[in-house]
Amino acid sequence: MRWIWIDKFEKFEPGVVAVALKNVSLAEEHLHDYVPGFPVMPASLIIEGMAQTAGILVGAARNFQEKVILAKISNATFSRLVRPGEQIVYTARIANVKETGASIEGVVTVRTRVAGGGDGTSQLVEEPVGTIAMMFSHIDQNMAGLKFPEFNFVFNSQFMELFETYRWDFQIKL
Amino acid sequence: MTQDEVFAKVQDVLTTALAVDKEEVTPEARLSADLGAESIDYLDITFQLEKTFGIKIPKGELIPENLFSNPEFVSNGKVTAKGIAELRSRMAFADLSKFEADPDINKFRDVFTVDTLVRYVLTKVN
Repeated sequence: MRWIWIDKFEKFEPGVVAVALKNVSLAEEHLHDYVPGFPVMPASLIIEGMAQTAGILVGAARNFQEKVILAKISNATFSRLVRPGEQIVYTARIANVKETGASIEGVVTVRTRVAGGGDGTSQLVEEPVGTIAMMFSHIDQNMAGLKFPEFNFVFNSQFMELFETYRWDFQIKL
Repeated sequence: MTQDEVFAKVQDVLTTALAVDKEEVTPEARLSADLGAESIDYLDITFQLEKTFGIKIPKGELIPENLFSNPEFVSNGKVTAKGIAELRSRMAFADLSKFEADPDINKFRDVFTVDTLVRYVLTKVN
């Protein structure tokens, strides 16, 4: 299993905002383990999806030269469950970025189809799910002066491929 | 801005950043030892002070850097007289008297009390 919790970037403004999508499928095991008999996307994994969206945003702000590590979840509040067949939208905005780290304000919404239109068809709506504030550390700039390997183990090939090819402006003709 | 006004706002910042009760945030409370601040929390506090007071906190101004790696300033785990003088000039806003009495570098964090933050902010807003 790959530890990738977003499917595609829908928008990316370096140093400002990133919007990423995650399609939630009934085939995913974790949906069934969280509340047996009632498949929902675990809140902890929604936070992970935001951390990946925001982590890449923070990394791009410094051209992926820093090792960006999630250091603190300042708060996370949820008002709605996410269920199979729905699409999570992660919007991460950089509130602050300095040499030593960054803070992020994240908003989670969900796109889902509901009955509507009066002719038996459905319509797409976007509903709020929650907000997540988090902080990232540039670990090579830590106050204790600890040394880490030179190789950037955070932005490995999986994450860079995600960032470079799974995005709205990269299309492969099929 | 008066000292009381700054204190009230610093108290709000710390209550949020460190998830502690307002009553715990007294002027003499030490950020790490008493309020449980970890290193990332210092960055969080810096961001929130900047936002709350509309100030800029340059790197190394509130928390001095590259000081304890200098052998002139530290000897056998204690800050030397020269190191103390350097600290005094870089942290004119802080009350270093307790630290000077026992300048063990492991106790340097205790210099960062709520009152130290209030004094620092006062130098920036007035």
